[in-house]
Parts: sequence; structure tokens; C-alpha cells
Amino acid sequence: MSDVAIVGLGIHAFGRHPITGREQGAIAARRALEDAGIQWSDVEYAFGGSSAAGAADTLVSDLGLTGVPFINVSNGCATGGSALISAYNALRSGTAETVMAIGFDKHPRGAFDPQPADYGIGDWYGETGLMLTTQFFGMKIQRYMHEHGISKDVLAKVAAKAFRNGAKNPNAWRRTPISEDDILDATMIADPLTQYMFCSPAEGAVALVLTTAERAASFPNKPVFLRSAVLRSRPFGSFEVFNPALAADRGKSPSVAAAAGAFEMAGIGPSDIDVVQVQDTESGAEIMHLAECGFCADGEQEDLIRSGATELGGSMPVNTDGGCLANGEPIGASGLRQVHESVLQLRGAAGERQVEDAHTAFTHVYGAPGISCCTVLTN
Amino acid sequence: MTDLAPITDGLFTWPSDAPQLIGSKCDKCGTVAFPAQGSCARCTSTDVSEHLLAREGTLWTWTVQGFRPKSPPYDGPAEFVPFPLGYVELPGEVKVETRLVDVTTDQLSIGMPMELAIVPFETE
Repeated sequence: MSDVAIVGLGIHAFGRHPITGREQGAIAARRALEDAGIQWSDVEYAFGGSSAAGAADTLVSDLGLTGVPFINVSNGCATGGSALISAYNALRSGTAETVMAIGFDKHPRGAFDPQPADYGIGDWYGETGLMLTTQFFGMKIQRYMHEHGISKDVLAKVAAKAFRNGAKNPNAWRRTPISEDDILDATMIADPLTQYMFCSPAEGAVALVLTTAERAASFPNKPVFLRSAVLRSRPFGSFEVFNPALAADRGKSPSVAAAAGAFEMAGIGPSDIDVVQVQDTESGAEIMHLAECGFCADGEQEDLIRSGATELGGSMPVNTDGGCLANGEPIGASGLRQVHESVLQLRGAAGERQVEDAHTAFTHVYGAPGISCCTVLTN
Repeated sequence: MTDLAPITDGLFTWPSDAPQLIGSKCDKCGTVAFPAQGSCARCTSTDVSEHLLAREGTLWTWTVQGFRPKSPPYDGPAEFVPFPLGYVELPGEVKVETRLVDVTTDQLSIGMPMELAIVPFETE
């Protein structure tokens, strides 16, 4: 089994752009190839996904018709993670030596509009106004705050940090700091979450070039090693989006097993991680995912966040590039954006956002109907 | 109101003076599901029977839908009034997701007692 390294990074800025999602994907792919110092014809396998901007594999007509196997991946907001783990598995199994993982999207304005039939639910669910991800996030954090004593202003602190970090990220969408008061006073979307506590559907693209650890030294950049990538779907009873009913006994989030699996496979634990990216679809998600992934006990987030531990200069920097809150959420790309940021940090190339002495990174992505993919990276 | 039809067949008993949600129960492991389904998500058995859910429970969590959902699929009136929704815990059965009526946002509190109500759904 080969170890895996990331040797090429490409990104198209997140936000709103006049070009198609596919065009953004092609730009990110070419940037990744250039960063890796290779040609498209050197890529032996590709995995990619887009929720709303077309089939990723049609990129071959932009990048070159080489006969490369290119598989489309679709796992909701976890699509980027699934593309990455597919690349990881192809390399580990010896199927290919140079692989691309890519994700891009371009969503229309407003909330996402999933359809019940796509999730095996009757039309009545959407007709009566229950088919919204925002409701799930409001309800999950509402329950969490009740059980574990998290305060409303901590929700605002998480969002404020995201916009501060976004201001330091030239590829982020929202790059203007917003005060905690303005965040708390903004329009309520799904109690207790206001408009500025939620990410917005957006546009963007990320591409990565991966190779085996043995070959990584021959590429131009300092290699970053993907020590593990683990994907899990939900166990019985977990509280996930789009569920007309939940089991009587609550099960654990799929993030718990995915994170535990990633740490076990990498042979290190949460306290060894220097830079953390967790899915922050909304402020509460960042808070809950920290506990689900093992970085703290339930309820400890209150003190951690108030003390500044999750800031760029803190003991446990979280969502250093501004996360989904500041970058927006182009579904196909977000999971890869987290890895992109992790690689920049471990290369020492994160500029104003650089975490000092970063040697280990962790990413966690979560998507409907309840899947999670987690990775551990080291330099 | 008995001249109104249920939003869809098979979700709740109707017409009835004491309507109940129609779920299913696994004959093998006893796990309850709603809406009714033909297999058990806990033990994968396909031996399941119809099970009518309890009419009373407690509020497990809640939120308020603050903006008009996109149409499609939302079929409510064009003029939107924010509505509360949540999960109500039916002991030993399921926590059922539901819109909440006859309660204001200020009154909503996790743990408060809730009961099933069948109400007209306003469309345009």
C-alpha cells in the first residue's frame, strides 16, 4: 500500500463570478497542474463532483481528450471529501500514480432547493415547507445549546472569526469583518441562527494533484502527506437533515466515526493537530463538529471560543481560511477547499493566515443525508 | 374540516375524532418508524407492521422558519407568515418532525407538552 502526497494545488476564488462553474473548474484544474509542474496528459485518474454546475467529467473536453478515467462523485456537501478519498484509494491501491481530485459549483441565489423525491421522501414534506437545510441546522444547535449550555453570543463569535479570517484570504468571498452585534441583530433565518451565522450557496472551484509519497520529492513544492482519509455514513438514530422522524434513542453523528477512523489510521489524535478545518455550514455546526470530531468535550466550546483558542493565533486554530461562512458554499468544492487550506498551512504558504509551526492538519466535511469525510495531513 | 383531504394518503388516520400518525413497527426488533416503511433501518428486517403513533409527547427541539421557502416544492400561500416547527418526542416511539401551531415563539421551550392537531394547510 502506497502512502499519498498532495503535490499540486489549484483554486478559483469563491464568490460570484460571470463565468460558469465548469469554467471555474477548468481554471482550478490548470492551476493545480501548473503548481505540480505536470501536464494534463500526466494525470492517470481523476475524480470530481459538482452539485449544480454540470458533470465534472465533461471537463475532459476543456482540459484535453486523453482517454483518462474520470469518475463523477456525488455526496451532497461532502462531495469534495468523496472525490479526495477516491483519489486516495486509487493511489493506495496502486491503480494510478498521478491523480486529480476536483470540485466546483455555481449555485443560484437564495437557499439551496433540494427536492424531497431525491431523498426518498414524499412530496408533502416539501409542499408543507419542511424541505430546508436551514431548519435542520437551527434545530440541531437549539437542542445542543439546551443540553450543553452554549450561549447565543458564542454563535456570533464563531461567525465574527470567520469573517476576520476571510479578510486575510484573497480567495474568500466575504472579506469584510462584521461585528458580533451586527451578526446577532441580523435577520433571523432559523432560530437561533441569524443570516450572518449561515453560509450562503456560492461559486468556486478547487483541484488537487496527488501522487505516491515515494514520487512526491520529485515535484516542485514541499509535499504534504495525506495520512488518512475516512468516509462514513450515519449510524441508526443520528440527528441528520431531512428526517420526518428521528429514532427514540439518539445515535452518534457520522462525523464521530469518520474522525475517529481518520485519527486511528493516521496514528495521531486530536491533541496532536495544529490546524483544524471542520464543516461550518453555520456557526453552530463549527461548535458541534469540534466535539463530534474529538477536539473537546460537549460544552467545552463555550470556554474555548471565549478564550480565543480557536483564533489564528490560538492553541487550536479552527477554519483558518474563513470556512464556509466566509467562502460561501459551492457544494462540490468545499471539502477540497479545506484540504487546499491545510496544504497551504503545512507548506508554510498561508500568508497572513499562517499558523506558526504547523505540521499536522485535520479536515472534516459533512453532507446530506448524513455522511462525513475526515482527513489527517502532515508535512 | 372533514371535507378536507389529508395532504397525502397514509400519513395519518382520517377522518377521525382522534387522528393518529401512521407509522410502522419492526416485528423483529420493535423499532418504530415514521412515515411507515417496508423495512427496518435498525435491523434490516422486512417484517414490519402498521403502528399508530401516540398523540402526545414533549418538545425535543424547535426553530422558526423565517423566510418563504422556494416554490417548488413549497405550496403555501404567497404571503408568508413565519411558522415554528420542531421535533416532538413520542416516548418509546420516535421524535416526529412537525410544524407547531397554537404557540408563539416566546412560549416555545424544550420539554413542553405537545399534542397532535390536524389543521388545514393553506395553499394559494
